[in-house]
Amino acid sequence: MNFTLKIWRQKNATSKGSFKTYSLDDVSPEMSFLEMLDYLNKMLIEQGEEPVVFEHDCREGICGSCGLYINGRPHGPMRNTTTCELHMRAFNDGGTIVIEPWRAKAFPVIKDLVVDRSSLERIMQAGGFISVNTGSAPESNSNPVGKPVSDKAFDAASCIGCGACVAACINSSAMLFAAAKIAQYALIPQGKTESKERVDQMVKQMDAEGFGFCSNTYGCEFDCPKGISIDFIALMNREFFSSKVCKQRHT
Amino acid sequence: MMRQLDSKIPEGPLAEKWSSYKTGLRLVSPANKKKIDIIVVGTGLAGSAAASALGELGYNVKVFCFQDSPRRAHSVAAQGGINAAKNYRNDNDSVYRLFHDMMKGGDYRARESNVYRAAEVSNDVIDHFTALGVPFARDYGGCLDTRSFGGVQVSRTFYARGQTGQQCLLGTYSSLSRQVAKGTVTLHPRRDMLDVVIVEGKARGIIARNLLTGELERHSAHAVVLATGGYGTVYYLSTLGLGSNASAAWSAYRKGALFANPSFIQIHPTSIPVLNDYQCKLTLMSESLRNDGRVWVPKEKGDKRHPAGIPEEDRDYYLERRYPAFGNLVPRDVASRAAKERCDAGYGVGDTGLSVYLDFKDAIEKQGEKSIRDKYGNLFEMYEKITGINPYKQPMRIYPAGHYTMGGLWVDYNLMTTIPGLYAIGESNFSDHGANRLGASSLMQCCGDGYFILPNTISDYLADDIRTGKIPTDSAPFEEAEHGAAEKIGQIMAVGGKETASSFHKRLGKIMWDHCGMRRDAGGLKEGIELLNRLEEEFWKNICVPGTAGELNQELEKALKVADFFEVGRLMCEDALQREESCGAHFREEHQTETGEAKRNDASFAYVGAWEYTGRDKKPRMHKEPLTFDYVEVKERSYK
Repeated sequence: MNFTLKIWRQKNATSKGSFKTYSLDDVSPEMSFLEMLDYLNKMLIEQGEEPVVFEHDCREGICGSCGLYINGRPHGPMRNTTTCELHMRAFNDGGTIVIEPWRAKAFPVIKDLVVDRSSLERIMQAGGFISVNTGSAPESNSNPVGKPVSDKAFDAASCIGCGACVAACINSSAMLFAAAKIAQYALIPQGKTESKERVDQMVKQMDAEGFGFCSNTYGCEFDCPKGISIDFIALMNREFFSSKVCKQRHT
Repeated sequence: MMRQLDSKIPEGPLAEKWSSYKTGLRLVSPANKKKIDIIVVGTGLAGSAAASALGELGYNVKVFCFQDSPRRAHSVAAQGGINAAKNYRNDNDSVYRLFHDMMKGGDYRARESNVYRAAEVSNDVIDHFTALGVPFARDYGGCLDTRSFGGVQVSRTFYARGQTGQQCLLGTYSSLSRQVAKGTVTLHPRRDMLDVVIVEGKARGIIARNLLTGELERHSAHAVVLATGGYGTVYYLSTLGLGSNASAAWSAYRKGALFANPSFIQIHPTSIPVLNDYQCKLTLMSESLRNDGRVWVPKEKGDKRHPAGIPEEDRDYYLERRYPAFGNLVPRDVASRAAKERCDAGYGVGDTGLSVYLDFKDAIEKQGEKSIRDKYGNLFEMYEKITGINPYKQPMRIYPAGHYTMGGLWVDYNLMTTIPGLYAIGESNFSDHGANRLGASSLMQCCGDGYFILPNTISDYLADDIRTGKIPTDSAPFEEAEHGAAEKIGQIMAVGGKETASSFHKRLGKIMWDHCGMRRDAGGLKEGIELLNRLEEEFWKNICVPGTAGELNQELEKALKVADFFEVGRLMCEDALQREESCGAHFREEHQTETGEAKRNDASFAYVGAWEYTGRDKKPRMHKEPLTFDYVEVKERSYK
């Protein structure tokens, strides 16, 4: 297969980037998308050019490192698929592929296709945990959790923290990311105790990082490689509003 | 001269060793803990568990990882499950049985005391994860569900769909994030550890490279904990993440920490085979698939018919044929070697002839497609995404891949290496899995080490440091270590050759796979060392790293890692050469039974081979830690 690649190149955070066009021949349909980029990089290095920098690690769709904006969609054209799981057989031979980094105010570009996602890190630090110290846990089965609830919490927990939801959103909102964690813990008894505090803190941090608000376009759900449902945002909103109401009653 | 290795195994009956030893360990008071700095390198299950537990205790913890977030460490990719001796199934499981299965699974090459302790703390790990909100599978009554895994006779494996590693890692990551918010833990992501700094005989810090700026940083502490994982990427193609590497552990080895059993490396039997020449990663298909899938190859050599067109009588279900008692559920090492044997003999399938079929036809006919989808849906999807083939309709193709390293830094009962103050936990140490790891026990060991063992043992060492004060970073050892790291980077940048680091890595991986892989022999191992020497020479003449060292430079990162793998590879070959027996994952052609099974030699090889670095281009020296077996009967593993 042959492709024309239009790739965003940017030397560092402060310099101005631009698209550069490359043509790549003899691509095997069996190659993964990132293997295709490896192949391009090998050629670039051998020609004395700087390779395209992109993030990746596990290459099996679970670590959340990779994330490219491919032909106008986070992680490319296949649903429920991360960039590393995408294979070249998903593209038409002879076509043009446009590759960009995640675009969001809260994700500044570091170099080429690499962005800084530490804003997500800080949202987690604001409240993405259950406060239990090592050694103080009760016996696991002393606190049964019904299977349907547990399964729903699991659906939320399958977030890999890649940031595709932010890249997909017209408002660059991180609400699906935050909601997934908030919902996972709000649903199960272990996490309920500090549920109000958690949602309060995480939402506050999300705003402070410059992520936008949700306007229900469903773009995040559509492009989430793990198929996380936007229903969790509704759940988060309910938690958030009830945290406010409870607080008022309290004071 | 052979060194006396003091493993510090406590006296007393096996079941009481840990509890009685713990009570004797010295403590550091809460007020003094604040004066103590600890560095933790790596944020997989072991590293993030240790860092959060130490932070909760009140120490100042500095955490390093090469990823942009601790949540991306490769523990995230573990699929199958995590063992614990809860006996929730009333199937007569116990700590002793878990211990026994690990000893047997490890082919009697692990240390009894450490294995027993790992089994002992396993239940606490499950309780802690449950409290942290890890969504383990549950049954309809709301209690935790378990499954049978890795060919054992009890159901003791807790799991979270096919993503147990991800869910457990997100659990440890959440406890780590909580400590970061509290200020007890400082995160240093996007750093590669290049060296460990030894001050007056004690590990007192590290040199790290900031991957964004290229700056070399000095970080000091009263103790250093390595949780840097395994070295399976020595084969280039493996189930590991592409960033996984040996360099941090290797820098400790070069500074005098002994490296134990480097040749013990598990080859997982069920990975998706190589599909194209640019492939750099093999994706695992969980071992659980062998519960319902049947492994076969055609009876005729070079039979190129579509698998559906090959009738039953022309199929060779070779695992069922060779091992009627265990069939498709034989342990990983046995299944891997059997697949290689068939492919080497010319019966392999696919374009390359390097794969075998894993067929679900019978299971689907018997149980229905829905039942199979419920059990393995996400794995089947993953397979289809990668290969474009629907495994409900056509058998999967699988082949063995490098997976887990049982070998690692030698540690004593305290998990301390031979360098005082330098600890190694999780996969980066050698201690619990002998010559072959039992399925679902790696997560268990990592979390046990990090949450429940290290925080206790390390206080005994740190009790001497309450009056030490901050370790300065302007001393000569820091100066020298930084200089050494800068020099190595300078040397690589100066070569200006033509071949990329990945290309060298690929060639190195092939040498290791061919000469020190699933089957080894003396001639091949010696030849492997020779080939590694030659390739290393070529590397230093022809490596090409574009750009500069003072910026984000992924090619430089790769080249630094590959440069260490030549030495790792050689040490693996040396270790495999001296071990004139077959045990667990280590199979020497010269030592097999008449029917081609592994032949162990307990009289001469019941020891841990711990290697000492003696200098560049010098032969490393091996020390032996004899293994004694007081609580298990050493038997021949038979799966016939």
